[in-house]
Amino acid sequence: MTDIPLTAADRRSARSELGRRRMTAFLFVAPLLLFLLFTFAAPIGTMLVRGFYHPTVSTLIPDSLKALKAWDRTGLPPAETQAIFAADLKRLADERLSGKMAEELNRVVPGSSSLVKSTARKIARAEDSEIAASGAALLAAADEKWTDPEVWRGIITSGNTFTADYFLTAMDLERSPAGGIMPRDGARIYVDLFIKTLKMALIITIATLILGYPLAHYLATAPAKTANLLMVFVLLPFWTSLLVRTTAWIALLQTNGVVNSFLMGAGITRSPFEMLYTEFSTIVAMTHILLPFMILPLYSVMKGIDPSYMRAALSMGARPLPAFFRVYLPMTLPGLSAGALLVFIISVGYYITPALVGGTKGQMISNIIAFHMQQSNNWELAAALGTMLLVVILLLYWVYDRFVGAGNIKFG
Amino acid sequence: MKLHTKLLAGVTALMLCAMGQAQAETVTIVSWGGAYGAVQKKYMIDPWVEATGNEVLFEDYPGGIAEMKAQVEAGNIQWDAVDIEAIDLERACSEGYLEVLDMGDLPPGDDGTPAAEDFIPVAIANECGVGVIVWSVIYAYDKAAEGPAPTSIADFFDTEKFPGKRALRKRPQVNLEWALMADGVPMDEVYDVLATDEGQARAFAKLDTIKDDIVWFDSWSQAPQLLNDGGAAMVQSANGRIYAAIADDGKPFEIVWDGQVYDIDVWSILKGTAKKDVVWDFIKFATSSKPLAGMIDVAYGPTRKSSDAYVDAAITQSLPSAHTDVGIKADGIFWADYGESLGEAFNEWLLQ
Amino acid sequence: MKHLPAYYTFWHILGHYGLRWFAFAVLLFLMLPILVIVPLSFNAEPYFSFTPGMVSFDLDAYSLRWYADVFSDERWMLAVKNSFIVGIAAAVIATILGTVAAVGLSNPAMPFKRLITAFLLSPMIVPLIIVAAGMFFFYTRFNLVGTYFGLIIAHASLGVPFVIITVTATLAGFDRSLYYAGLSMGARPLKVYWDIVIPLIRPGVISGALFAFVTSFDEVVLVLFLAGPEQRTIPRQMFSGLREQISPSILAVATMLILISMSMLVTLEMLRRRSERMRSGAY
Repeated sequence: MTDIPLTAADRRSARSELGRRRMTAFLFVAPLLLFLLFTFAAPIGTMLVRGFYHPTVSTLIPDSLKALKAWDRTGLPPAETQAIFAADLKRLADERLSGKMAEELNRVVPGSSSLVKSTARKIARAEDSEIAASGAALLAAADEKWTDPEVWRGIITSGNTFTADYFLTAMDLERSPAGGIMPRDGARIYVDLFIKTLKMALIITIATLILGYPLAHYLATAPAKTANLLMVFVLLPFWTSLLVRTTAWIALLQTNGVVNSFLMGAGITRSPFEMLYTEFSTIVAMTHILLPFMILPLYSVMKGIDPSYMRAALSMGARPLPAFFRVYLPMTLPGLSAGALLVFIISVGYYITPALVGGTKGQMISNIIAFHMQQSNNWELAAALGTMLLVVILLLYWVYDRFVGAGNIKFG
Repeated sequence: MKLHTKLLAGVTALMLCAMGQAQAETVTIVSWGGAYGAVQKKYMIDPWVEATGNEVLFEDYPGGIAEMKAQVEAGNIQWDAVDIEAIDLERACSEGYLEVLDMGDLPPGDDGTPAAEDFIPVAIANECGVGVIVWSVIYAYDKAAEGPAPTSIADFFDTEKFPGKRALRKRPQVNLEWALMADGVPMDEVYDVLATDEGQARAFAKLDTIKDDIVWFDSWSQAPQLLNDGGAAMVQSANGRIYAAIADDGKPFEIVWDGQVYDIDVWSILKGTAKKDVVWDFIKFATSSKPLAGMIDVAYGPTRKSSDAYVDAAITQSLPSAHTDVGIKADGIFWADYGESLGEAFNEWLLQ
Repeated sequence: MKHLPAYYTFWHILGHYGLRWFAFAVLLFLMLPILVIVPLSFNAEPYFSFTPGMVSFDLDAYSLRWYADVFSDERWMLAVKNSFIVGIAAAVIATILGTVAAVGLSNPAMPFKRLITAFLLSPMIVPLIIVAAGMFFFYTRFNLVGTYFGLIIAHASLGVPFVIITVTATLAGFDRSLYYAGLSMGARPLKVYWDIVIPLIRPGVISGALFAFVTSFDEVVLVLFLAGPEQRTIPRQMFSGLREQISPSILAVATMLILISMSMLVTLEMLRRRSERMRSGAY
């Protein structure tokens, strides 16, 4: 067989044909890509930016910040600078924005919210000329905390348009007066919560594994008719609304709920157990909710394993446990890692179930993000915590994609 | 020709219909649900809807200013009118989340008294809200349960003599006041003490003593349920919720008035809503003499003197106003200044 | 009883039966919580637990009052309407975009396939709270918060991964020679897609659409952040009910939702069988 060399024209046409095909394929995907960029990716991007871009204070008190630039940060700012700030404060009070300023400063200097608000309330009654002449004295008279340079340094810090402070807070750190980074006063909050979230996710993953593995094995080896019937018991919970399943656990675990009435009726205990609104209830309910995510990938892998391997090992006299660990388990690893990673990823970011059955002790990191979004309105801290959670999830997703392949997720 | 006229008449009728529909508005009014929401619906919302033809989405919220703040700061105004506790009102108003209302526009009482004299002074003291009820935060227990009956606010914090869970609303307001009162601070000094760092530490230290026994809840409607389900032995509640459970459902609950923190609730309008005029019309109606008197069904006192004409005298002992000697008035200005700092301290304390 | 192999020792046999009983116990754990809801929803008392009357099968202890409550409550009715509007619209968008994209993705010439697939599937993985927070900030700028449109596109983006997964799965079993056969007989590519490809992947498309619908129908976190009072959905109503006022009408709604998921399950199973038949060529 003789080689027929490709002419340059052939090569060009082949390349352009390939390019055309690639383009056609891409054009099919492009509408969805654009759609997700707008509806999904750009919003997450906005959140990431919000974690460190924060121009609020620089738009609230631009004059004061400009004047404070000239201050050497030791002792108190000059009286004229303080008067400019006093004038800004009066304007803010008139425009009903002093609360916003108070909130911002409070994030840098904890406890200063009341300082700003009560001072703004007092200074709003003063004349402009009086503020210009003796603003510094007015501030000091309103509250002696204004004679603390710490507060003034805090104002400058809060005025930074770009800041890493929220990420520091999210890691329970803060800036030391010297400019370095040091652990924050008081107990660790967010780091502990991250650790607790990962710990709970791990417990849930292990629990689903312990419950799911034998069941998946049983279903995979049972006669097809039995297996198909029993599979309904796995799929029905899977298809049932998350809120329905959470509701069920509330009904079961309440103080006067089904489980306690049963235990008391059967004479096992005299007083009801406190089960709802604990870490325990969160773990149980989430294990129940996520169990199908473990069973389904395990089942589909086990289904493809030829039972004769195990039979061969057993009939040749291998003891069951070693045979299982050396023959069967390695073959199920793809399903096991897929299920375990999926369950772990989903549970790390879970919100609804902990919010409803977790009480105060069963809260996870998503709940504190929701708290800062909805209750404390510290959207920047929520964004910083969300960014950290996202990094954890994307790392896990990367691992998942490498070992399982994102496209290989299957349901039912 | 005849057909032509008919067509014209038909078209005109259709247009009139369409215009009529354009005038009827759908507004979102937000309150607290439960027994209180039910009487508001009965005496305020339903009659107003009937009279004006407007539609109302009557929503519940668990209180606090966070949701309003989020809507105003983000510029997504979803609510039109909202029922706010006066303890949060000053803060919401001074931070610009509420519209300033024209109190001179309020109608006179049914007996002809001008609004400015008819309302009790605190009810229209803040420019952002018109008073709806006088109510109170109290605690209650189940008389049918075993053990001695608590009588004072100190008993609430005494888990040795009175074992059992305590249910509290998950926010610093009222809880810190109670902690100080239980710790022996005289009632008239509570807010002065709470304004100091030492006072705040003292309040948290007192709460610490029962922290493991506290069941937290978010919404007032959960309070009577917790008492009913045995979720807690003593439950912090708005007095009306417990009253309704006793009066309507025959529950064996008992209110402890000692240490009550009484307050008013107001109707306010969210800043920037497109339907300000419509909901202002609602508020004027809802705070007239007769609808206000309806709130007495759940033992909340009316904010107009002229409403007394509609009130059965027998109920007065169940109103917060009969027990002001053993309680304090909630201080909205204090909480406007300290709400944020203490809220943060409270949340960190919770997470510890 | 099935005959066990002769080489089974006592431990083998114990393991065999132990496994079976354990499997049954886990199945019970999966089903029981859901089944418990159904009788409780007929409770005549406003509690979440079995009353003595219910246990002794006293007919008076059962009632339909919570169902009546749900159907007479305008908030629940609005929620039902909204759930279907948003769910169907989101499923339609996700299905159209997702199916077309899946066809592109299964084309061997597709560039950056792995990366793009991972991106398109990521809405399934990223925690909803992060998505919700981001959308709240971003949609606000376009005045999309508190609108049906905003909620629909948000839910559509969550449904997309499921459509991609199910349609790609059917396309994987699809014999591309059919496509080339169509082309070779002179049909234009679009016509081939319409006449040959679409009918073949229809089961995958329909189950993808069902998944997308259920995703929206069951979603509450985005609704919490993006919906106004007018866009309240069933899960949102359940969520606030569970948080604030636990009443058995939630159990009545839950029971009806269980019925809906049962019918979904049956539909999907039928689709799966049909798809298997088509792939094996026996249709």
